[in-house]
Amino acid sequence: MYESLLMMFLAAGFIGAAAVVVGALLGPKRAGPDKLAAYESGLPATGTARERFPVHFYLVAMLFILFDVEAAFFFPLAVKFGMAPQFLFAQAIIFVAILAVGYIYVIRKGVLDWK
Amino acid sequence: MDPLWVTLIKAFVLCLVLLGAFAYMTLIERRILGRMQHRHGPNRTGPFGLLQPIADAIKSVFKEDIIVTNADKVVYVMAPMISIIFALSAFGAIPGGPAGSLFGFNPWVVDLDIGVLYVLAVTSVGVYGIFLGGWASNSKYALLGSLRSSAQIISYELGLGLSVLSVIMIAGTLNLREIVEVGVWTVSPWLWPPLAVAFVAFVISAIAEVNRTPFDLPEAEQEIVAGYLTEYSGIKWALYQMSEYVNMMTAAAFISTLFLGGYRGPYVLERLIPGSSEWPIIWLVLKMAIFMFLFIWLRATLPRFRYDQLMRFGWLYLFEVALAATLLTGAVIAFVL
Amino acid sequence: MTERPAGYHALTVDEERRGDFDTRFMRINVGPQHPSTHGVLRLVVDLDGERIVRISPQIGYLHTGFEKTMEHRTYQQVITYTNRMDYVHSFAHDLAYVLSAEKLMEARVPERAQRVRVILTELNRIASHLVFLGTGILDMGALTLFFYTMREREQLLDIFESVTGVRMNFGYFRVGGLYRDVPESFEHDVRAFLAGFPKMLDQYATMFMKNDIFVNRTKGVGVIPRERALEYGLTGPSLRASGVPLDFRKAEPYSGYEEYAFEVPTSEEGDAFARFEMRFREMTQCLRIVEQALDRLEPGPVQDPDRRISLPPRSELETSMEAVIFHFKLVTEGFHPPRGVSYVATESARGELGYYLVSDGGSMPYRVKVRVPSLINLQSLELACVGGLFADMVVNIATLDPVMGDVDK
Repeated sequence: MYESLLMMFLAAGFIGAAAVVVGALLGPKRAGPDKLAAYESGLPATGTARERFPVHFYLVAMLFILFDVEAAFFFPLAVKFGMAPQFLFAQAIIFVAILAVGYIYVIRKGVLDWK
Repeated sequence: MDPLWVTLIKAFVLCLVLLGAFAYMTLIERRILGRMQHRHGPNRTGPFGLLQPIADAIKSVFKEDIIVTNADKVVYVMAPMISIIFALSAFGAIPGGPAGSLFGFNPWVVDLDIGVLYVLAVTSVGVYGIFLGGWASNSKYALLGSLRSSAQIISYELGLGLSVLSVIMIAGTLNLREIVEVGVWTVSPWLWPPLAVAFVAFVISAIAEVNRTPFDLPEAEQEIVAGYLTEYSGIKWALYQMSEYVNMMTAAAFISTLFLGGYRGPYVLERLIPGSSEWPIIWLVLKMAIFMFLFIWLRATLPRFRYDQLMRFGWLYLFEVALAATLLTGAVIAFVL
Repeated sequence: MTERPAGYHALTVDEERRGDFDTRFMRINVGPQHPSTHGVLRLVVDLDGERIVRISPQIGYLHTGFEKTMEHRTYQQVITYTNRMDYVHSFAHDLAYVLSAEKLMEARVPERAQRVRVILTELNRIASHLVFLGTGILDMGALTLFFYTMREREQLLDIFESVTGVRMNFGYFRVGGLYRDVPESFEHDVRAFLAGFPKMLDQYATMFMKNDIFVNRTKGVGVIPRERALEYGLTGPSLRASGVPLDFRKAEPYSGYEEYAFEVPTSEEGDAFARFEMRFREMTQCLRIVEQALDRLEPGPVQDPDRRISLPPRSELETSMEAVIFHFKLVTEGFHPPRGVSYVATESARGELGYYLVSDGGSMPYRVKVRVPSLINLQSLELACVGGLFADMVVNIATLDPVMGDVDK
């Protein structure tokens, strides 16, 4: 079954690579410093993009990892839910309750406020 | 299971069909937007503007292949490729019809037992294309835009994943074909409220995932000058556009498959024309068309959210609503059924 | 709102050239090429994450030296330049200038000319506010409303074209009256517009004010407190949104405005939503003024009969020698106002507009200084933006409604 998946990626990969190669071959080649400079609204760029960027993005990524793992743990529970619904439901509630504590803590700490 | 070479051909054909659909989606979108805005869309190039996508494609391909100074060259070229490869691949698991209905072959590329997870995972990997593109461009605007886009997408991933859980609980499987065969709405009327909530939450998350209005801040020209796309032109830019529209189509197909019965035709028509609900592909395409129209309609109508409002909406409202829908579904299954 | 972090210091030009960066804050250069700003405005913005710490507008990209040029044109020729400054509300500039010149010359403008001027200026104010509305909402991402407002504006531009011959940059007013009388279709066209527009305006108001996303993006955003607004010289609808009921049509009436009954809407909030709302309500008031002026329009002359100011009618040139002489002197040399200064404060769509004319007795003004609302209002960008989010900057610029031709002259 997974060989078919490989076929899918091969086909998609071929098309992606072909597009870029064709574009590189067919376009004119008249490079110049103005064309290659980074855009900053028509004036020379001040500073590079390698400056520090806000920590908010890091925090969002961390939160995502935590809650996505929660969602990932939910998937097997959901697939096999029909086998023992009441028991699994109780398990789910306990799991969500524990994570909810963390969630409320995060909200109160103001992670999502100033962005 | 079809032979491997047949699968390869199907994969190629699927990719080409998706790219062709992308091309004409741009035209359809511009025409519909135009009509909603009291003007014609493009109608000069060819009858009804039908040659417009071809003109755009030719233009993109023949543009100069620019690599910005100080850009990380390998990543700069790889980023749009990553976007399009994973956007196209996600569609492979979506079933287009009942087994054997496509001239004796199966109308899907791969019938994965973990279909739902596969689609979610592959669309998530597509995010790499966006933020690597912004990073590699070595431009402040691009970097900010790509970071914001990535943060937005991963925030709404949660809503997406949690909304799907309701369907999975009812169907008991991750296989997309089996979910369609089960028909989640036919199980019990008690399940309709939580399923409806999950449906709405899923649609909203999907719109945010593909960066469409009202969640299209990362691409908002007016605000940060096209964000991660700033330094891309020509075919690489076209690849990003392609991956956005292909993602849109995947989202539409995914919604249709999970919540609207996928490739199955309407029961009403089945009574009139026996066997009509078994026709491959057509029903899926019609359902996808409904959602594509919805996406375009929203783009014409709504203004966009500011970034912090968007994040707050995703984390505070959508996440909780999706989780509540899931738990409600679980409660109904556990205690009512 | 204008809170700067402790210890922050904006770089001087030398420090910037030496490459010293205050690395706590990211300096972004927005414009002059940028799809969102209203024209060629360059903003140097210091950001602390997403919050704006300092915003510094750099203007001059559209400067063409109008005021200096006007010193070398006769008083009637200057009208060619006045409407090109604020090209969105052109009639306001024309009106402000001719009022100032007429004050210098002590010209008497006939009733009909005054009423037509008022009608055209108010219709142009509506057109200007429609542009503001369309572009303001376009900046927030809603594409469709822009096209609808432009559709209404097309009606107005057709009216202007039938009267003046051009859709933009009308040079229709003259010192002493109008260039020529309005065509017969004028009254009918304006009444048709008055009949159809209130319904569309209600639609736009609903589309804007009942849409949660709009409301969230503009409520509480860019609050300009009343006292600071007055300190910074803000005028126009933005000032009225901050609670100061100053409208020069009521405060220092000109051109017959004292005869018309209309209200001056104000709001206490001072945020972007209030600034949007002000212009909606003003458009309704403009319709009232236009209707009243149109009702009182009587047939009559449209130019000051004084031959020293207005050209004699062409029919007289065949019979009267004096007419020919007046014509010759007016066309080649222009009229000579007595020595003196004059200033008439008028209300344009953006705020207080006035032309300060200094005459030395010659046929060309000695000095023309234009008090433009956009330039002074642009200072208040600092009040609105500092302390707010970067994404709100676009909304704030849109609601302050600067026109760069007006700013740079």
